[in-house]
Amino acid sequence: MSGFSVTEPSKRQKWFAGLLVITYAVVTLLPLLWIIATGFKSPADSISYPPKVLFEPTLEGYVNLFSTRTRITPSMRETLVEPTTWYEQIARDSGTVIAGPSRYGQRFLNSVIIGFGSTFLSIFFGTLAAYAFSRFKVPIKEDLLFFILSTRMMPPIAVAIPIFLMFRQLGLNDTQLGMILLYTAVNLSLSVWLLKGFIDEIPLEYEEAALIDGYTRFQAFYKVVLPQAATGIASTAIFCLIFAWNEYAFAVLLTSGTAQTAPPFIPTIIGIGGQDWPAVAAGATIFLIPVMIFTILLRKHLLSGITFGAVRK
Amino acid sequence: MSIKKPVEHIAKATPPSIARRVRGLSDRAIAWLFVGPSIVLLLAVNIFPLIWTINLSFTNFKANRLRDAEYIGLRNYERILTDADTWQSMQATAHFLFWTIFFQVLIGFALAYLINKKFKGNDLWTTIIVLPMMLSPAVVGNFWTFLYQPQIGLFNYVVQFFTGVEASSFSMIGSVTLAPWAIVIVDTWMWTPFVMLICLAGLRSIPDSIYEAAECDRASKWRQFWTLTVPMVLPFLMLAVLFRGIENFKMFDLVVQLTGGGPGSTTLLTSIDLKREAFEKWRTGYASAYAVILFVTVFGLASIYVKALNKVKER
Amino acid sequence: MKASKFLKLTALTAILAAGAPAASAASLTLCWAAWDPANALVELSKDFEQQSGEDMAFEFVPWPNFADRMLNELNSGGKLCDLLIGDSQWIGGAAENGNYVKLNDFFEAEGITMDDFIPATVTGYAEWPKNTPNYWALPAYADVVGWTYRKDWFSRPELQAEFKKTYGYDLGVPESLAQLKDIATFFQGRDIDGTTVYGAAIYTERGSEGITMGVTNALYNYGFEYQNPDKPYDIEGFVNSSGAIEGLEYYKALYDAGAPPGSSNWYMSEDIDAYKSGQVALQMNFAFIWPGVNADENVGGDRTGYFANPPGPAGHFAQLGGQGISVVANTDNMDGALAYIKWFAQPEVQARWTEMGGASAMRSVVEAPGFADIQPYNQAFLDSMAIVKDFWAEPAYASLLLPMQDRVHKYVIAGQGTAKEALDGLVKDWTEVFEDEGLIK
Repeated sequence: MSGFSVTEPSKRQKWFAGLLVITYAVVTLLPLLWIIATGFKSPADSISYPPKVLFEPTLEGYVNLFSTRTRITPSMRETLVEPTTWYEQIARDSGTVIAGPSRYGQRFLNSVIIGFGSTFLSIFFGTLAAYAFSRFKVPIKEDLLFFILSTRMMPPIAVAIPIFLMFRQLGLNDTQLGMILLYTAVNLSLSVWLLKGFIDEIPLEYEEAALIDGYTRFQAFYKVVLPQAATGIASTAIFCLIFAWNEYAFAVLLTSGTAQTAPPFIPTIIGIGGQDWPAVAAGATIFLIPVMIFTILLRKHLLSGITFGAVRK
Repeated sequence: MSIKKPVEHIAKATPPSIARRVRGLSDRAIAWLFVGPSIVLLLAVNIFPLIWTINLSFTNFKANRLRDAEYIGLRNYERILTDADTWQSMQATAHFLFWTIFFQVLIGFALAYLINKKFKGNDLWTTIIVLPMMLSPAVVGNFWTFLYQPQIGLFNYVVQFFTGVEASSFSMIGSVTLAPWAIVIVDTWMWTPFVMLICLAGLRSIPDSIYEAAECDRASKWRQFWTLTVPMVLPFLMLAVLFRGIENFKMFDLVVQLTGGGPGSTTLLTSIDLKREAFEKWRTGYASAYAVILFVTVFGLASIYVKALNKVKER
Repeated sequence: MKASKFLKLTALTAILAAGAPAASAASLTLCWAAWDPANALVELSKDFEQQSGEDMAFEFVPWPNFADRMLNELNSGGKLCDLLIGDSQWIGGAAENGNYVKLNDFFEAEGITMDDFIPATVTGYAEWPKNTPNYWALPAYADVVGWTYRKDWFSRPELQAEFKKTYGYDLGVPESLAQLKDIATFFQGRDIDGTTVYGAAIYTERGSEGITMGVTNALYNYGFEYQNPDKPYDIEGFVNSSGAIEGLEYYKALYDAGAPPGSSNWYMSEDIDAYKSGQVALQMNFAFIWPGVNADENVGGDRTGYFANPPGPAGHFAQLGGQGISVVANTDNMDGALAYIKWFAQPEVQARWTEMGGASAMRSVVEAPGFADIQPYNQAFLDSMAIVKDFWAEPAYASLLLPMQDRVHKYVIAGQGTAKEALDGLVKDWTEVFEDEGLIK
């Protein structure tokens, strides 16, 4: 970097810019920090009036998140045995006994299964389609690609009406399979567009060399193109996963007891008498942290991912 | 770094196909084999339902009833378009769209401009700023109702700290005048980083040589900003607006969790209104017509906009 | 993570997903709202599980989503629930659309008679069409809107004196809705022990049924009627009678003068939060919360009193809550589901139900000598159950509820238009629904 460059900002400019950006970042982080902090508050502290910044941390929110509890009634008191684990002790201190596990674990698992399942399928089909679009003359290619993109413009609720009826007919309502297929279809547009961009950048010569060496098309695709596109595929996969992970509208309408994912579930976590904010915050924290980690891993590909590959670095 | 036309790019970037036949299936067969499953899935989950929706929109079908539907022609469309409530939710959507885009472009561009000054540690802070947009809108929206509570929420106390207005004296999601802004604030908080990232890509695509040339011409910094920076970033900015526009037109999860459309109907965006009709009142036929109207609107507006965007880029 | 590793992991998870069991192994699933009584029901049901050998699972959905989720479940032909403790207003739709099993023959065969239950709950929770002996549910949980108040604040001499001076009568349990508003106004913004407190936490929720369940307590008592008693679905002049308009104006006045600022979207849980955290002197809520309030460390015991919704100028009613338990027609375990209802209808089980935090609607339980004194809130519960009235239970109930939510919220909370305009609008909306349904020409 040359010190004489006219485009290099001065020290003072840099300092000032840094100050403003850091201020914004801190403000923008506040709500997230508040979520994490609330997860470690007691229910009384969480709704204290006015709000508490300093508090005595407790795992009650996490215990409440993962358990269902019954209030101890006078008649129960006599038959109670001493709690044997730390989480039973926490429940006991708040005047309840643990009756069993909550649904959170199951909902979280659903999110994992549906998220990974749909990601795998949309990457699988998306890679094939992207390769074909990138390398072959496909009739009405542009129309097909635009059609694929346009499916993302529909408001999810509008799509949900016929999907609801279709699923009902096929018995796919509230099944993991139904949600996996749905999210696969929704994610296909993203994966085709992104992956096509990545495959376009792989030089054609490699494949040609392989074909001359006697590889079939399939072999060339599998042994030459796929390894080259691996990074692109992985970052596309993470974007698909994040979408399926965060999706709410379809999940709230099409899932219920068995296949419900975490996003429609978390806002409905309630404790004994009223919304249990520490438990909601605990559930949100556990749910949001994987995405935060992915975001950090993804930062180089973030831009192409969120713009369907329309802008890339 | 490059910006691609959302639609037209494809043909140009496609390398010439390898013309000669190789062992195994013909290229044509492989092409269809590869594209086929995706197209079939999209037909099944997108196009077939769309056709079904259009068909239903001419009926009085109710999905929770046993009785058969009757065709009632354009009655549903007529009712929706003459219903003052529909226009009210269109207005609420327009308000939401306009102001979220306005603030996100303003703040997003400013942030990108500042980050482009390349101060120490800018990568780290960029990543932190980006975090909110990757999170689940429903989960985050739900938590914001807690932050917005006048007596116990953080937001009001932060406002009190900076402005002296007493925290419990106002309610962001309870007041008719404030609620439309409450949803704008949360959406802006979440999505400003999106606009920022795109602007940043735009700023970084401008070669230094252009500024050096301008410097030689003794153009003032202010003039450089308006005659060089802004026009060069404009296509990127317009693309950001397109994406945000489409996304916010579909907006459901964040706002439904935040306000549920209230108070009254002040934040009843079209998607929420549609959900009420379709899955609470179960007026399936009516809601289908509503869905078709929304789809035509967003598709039409987006097409016009993409044309404008392509013009700007050709300049 | 290396890209290829990530892909393999994804593939592996996908394969696992395909093989993962989708449903739990339970043989009988009971669906209800997620709230305190539901937890008590889990405890109570252990007895049934032991006796019958059925393995029970429970699906509890919080109130704001309960109707959405469960009606969606029924309408999607889902197989989640074998037994459903569904809200009273759903019964018309569930009966006519074939979602519930009709229980008349079963009751007869097992010797269960509806005469054993509080009449209002039979009409409210079990019958469709109303006031005909067609039963689609067994009354399961008796509930009604009532009030809690801060006895400890009410009994402070300095407040009593000041109240008497301002209003000319003693501060105590209000004898009318007008007095209730006075009290709420009196406490609004008052400084008690260094914190600012407010008058009354009332229902204002927009998204589901909240504000309707609240405002009806005022409307009924000022003269609102759902329809012409002599001519069904004739609503002009009944829904928007001058009394009804006055009632709606009353609720807005109560909200403006006595509700905590920002309580614009509150339902059961927000009201509880406000009351338990010591923000309000009065709380409107369903009676189910009373055991929890009584046991609360901050406001429980002697610090709280309970009373039935006070009368207004045109009558004395309270909004009915509560549910009956129904067998979902789609069940794969009809015998198990019916066996559960048979078990649940036994007087001993019903007595334990109330004791454990449920609320039996069985007369042998609530009319038992001494019942009123067992808990501090039992008298208020009995008083309230004697004056209940319920919302529409038509198959189109959701189409009737949503415009009411909309119109009332617009006027009361958003302050748009007048009470007359709101109710006139409601008449227009409801008439349209009745026309769509083919109930009127």
